[in-house]
Amino acid sequence: MAEITYREALNRALDEEMARDERVFLIGEEVGEYDGAYKVSRGLLAKYGPRRVKDTPISELGFTGLGVGAAIAGLRPVVEWMTHNFALLALDQVVNNAAKLRQMSGGQLSVPIVFRGPNGPAEFLAAQHSQALGGYWMHVPGLKVVAPATPADAYGLLKSAIRDDNPVVMLEAELMYAWKGEVSDQEYTVPIGKARVAREGEDVTLITYSKPIRVVEEAADRLAEKGVRADVIDLRSLRPLDEETVVSSVWKTSRCVVVDEAWPMASPGVTVANLVNSRCFDALDAPVELVSGEDVPMPYNHRLELAAQPSVEKVIAAVARVLYREDL
Amino acid sequence: MKTELAHYPKEELMRMLTTMQTIRAFEEKAGMMYGLRKIGGFCHLYTGQEAVAGGAISALDLSKDYVVTAYRDHGLAIACGMDPKKAMAELFGKVTGCSRGKGGSMHLFDVEHHFLGGNGIVGAQIPVAAGVAFSQQYRESGGVTLCFFGDGAFHQGAVHETFNLGKIWDLPVVFIVENNQWGMGTNWKKVSAVDDFSVTAGAYGMKGYSCDGLDVLDVRATIEQAVADARLGWPSLIEARTYRYKGHSMSDPQKYRTREEIDEYRKRDAIQSFKFRLSEAKMLTEKEWDDLTRRIDAQIEEAVAFAEESPEPSLEELYTDVYA
Repeated sequence: MAEITYREALNRALDEEMARDERVFLIGEEVGEYDGAYKVSRGLLAKYGPRRVKDTPISELGFTGLGVGAAIAGLRPVVEWMTHNFALLALDQVVNNAAKLRQMSGGQLSVPIVFRGPNGPAEFLAAQHSQALGGYWMHVPGLKVVAPATPADAYGLLKSAIRDDNPVVMLEAELMYAWKGEVSDQEYTVPIGKARVAREGEDVTLITYSKPIRVVEEAADRLAEKGVRADVIDLRSLRPLDEETVVSSVWKTSRCVVVDEAWPMASPGVTVANLVNSRCFDALDAPVELVSGEDVPMPYNHRLELAAQPSVEKVIAAVARVLYREDL
Repeated sequence: MKTELAHYPKEELMRMLTTMQTIRAFEEKAGMMYGLRKIGGFCHLYTGQEAVAGGAISALDLSKDYVVTAYRDHGLAIACGMDPKKAMAELFGKVTGCSRGKGGSMHLFDVEHHFLGGNGIVGAQIPVAAGVAFSQQYRESGGVTLCFFGDGAFHQGAVHETFNLGKIWDLPVVFIVENNQWGMGTNWKKVSAVDDFSVTAGAYGMKGYSCDGLDVLDVRATIEQAVADARLGWPSLIEARTYRYKGHSMSDPQKYRTREEIDEYRKRDAIQSFKFRLSEAKMLTEKEWDDLTRRIDAQIEEAVAFAEESPEPSLEELYTDVYA
């Protein structure tokens, strides 16, 4: 067991999978000579050479589609998007090709490909570089979507994603790359579609994924000081969604707050809230609360951008509402 | 360029003729079946363009080469060797279709014959084709990918991004624009900055070729050259100037062009001119032609009967084939 960063965990997973399987290659902007825009691919060009670590021109549509073609023809590409914001240029290839080629071919083709990169707001990056777009991918049947929130899960889920015979989109985050956590020295994978119970409690269920886990954990700490014990669920996968872990938690606590940095309309958060409403209606003692990103393009000003995101205070206020308590 | 009959053994010439006539007969029948509502949705017929598929695919070694195209895909699928029964059953939406009734006319796939679709988004198959070529290069398979698209697709960004990727990575790919001159109802000259697509190859450091898409041997010879280049890691762009006799899809009333224009092209019909050339060279008798067309007609009738008699997919099929 060693404490490593989220970035190092991803790097280790890539390195091990490239060593294990000759068909795995990495493709994207700045993944080679530059060692990755966020240094996730550090050292891989030196180790595996330019055949397997492909620096691309700035052509998201082109190289994403090229990855899809390589996947249906026997390879296992890992496509790095510098950020999910830029992946919008490649939306067609993911939605219309990667997600559909298997079904449209009546099962003749499979598309074993990973699309990964940072998603969601960092700091001071303004509207075009600060968007949580997981819902775009989560919406689409034929895709899988994972969003690890710890180095241990980043390692285990990336390995699972690379080994999966389906297209998997992975949500990372600029601010998470430096996060540290314990990762086993032994090789392991984390199954896609299984949530993690980050802590157990009986009074309220807090559900989140990706970067807001730290906001939620801090809120849970502060609530614990006031005697409120939260069950904290880190979804880890958005598609498939681990419905059973969510549902059994809410049946235990009867109260639920969903925390999602995406915008509130047609979002992962509302999908989870709807799941809880429909499958836990008889258990609920209060309406499900959603703490989402504010429904605005992200402003540059730091005070404003923080106000646009879920915060510890917002989570505690939502918990106070579902518990009908004014003293939190 | 090997554009003379004498360059080819008779069996090979007859194979090209057979492919072209099989496509013609299949499409004529598909049009009729569409009229009878046996086929629904968008159905884009290849009629008029047969020389492109017939010539191009004959230049390949499909044990290692691959073909990718757009939604006007029946002709190329058949040229690659897809059984017309499976193609017709797919058009009928039957479970015995190549894509188990889930793809329809626009999404024919035949992995066994290295035909990888069948793509319904204009231009979206082009990066995918480059990826197939990337895999061939990566695996050192020695194969080449033919990437077909129409004059309408030429102006998509995906095309130009892929030309660049193909060239910088020396991919074994041949880009073929089948210029049938009408992108749906828009004449290609109205929306193109150049009057010969092949000249744009130079902007990407590739060789550009143009060929007469109504002359099967011109297509064959041009593709053969381009494929030989591609095997050495030199991608190229070919414009095959052709013409479609039918509407963009079956629902197109074709008000944008005249009957006379279509008739002018019918006078230069690719199959009839090739047949005439073979007859003049005493390589094809009327009897041989009659036998050939009769055999093909019977094959297509059999395909229709197979499609008619085949079952629909069961409702359980709704959730199959979505994930591996």
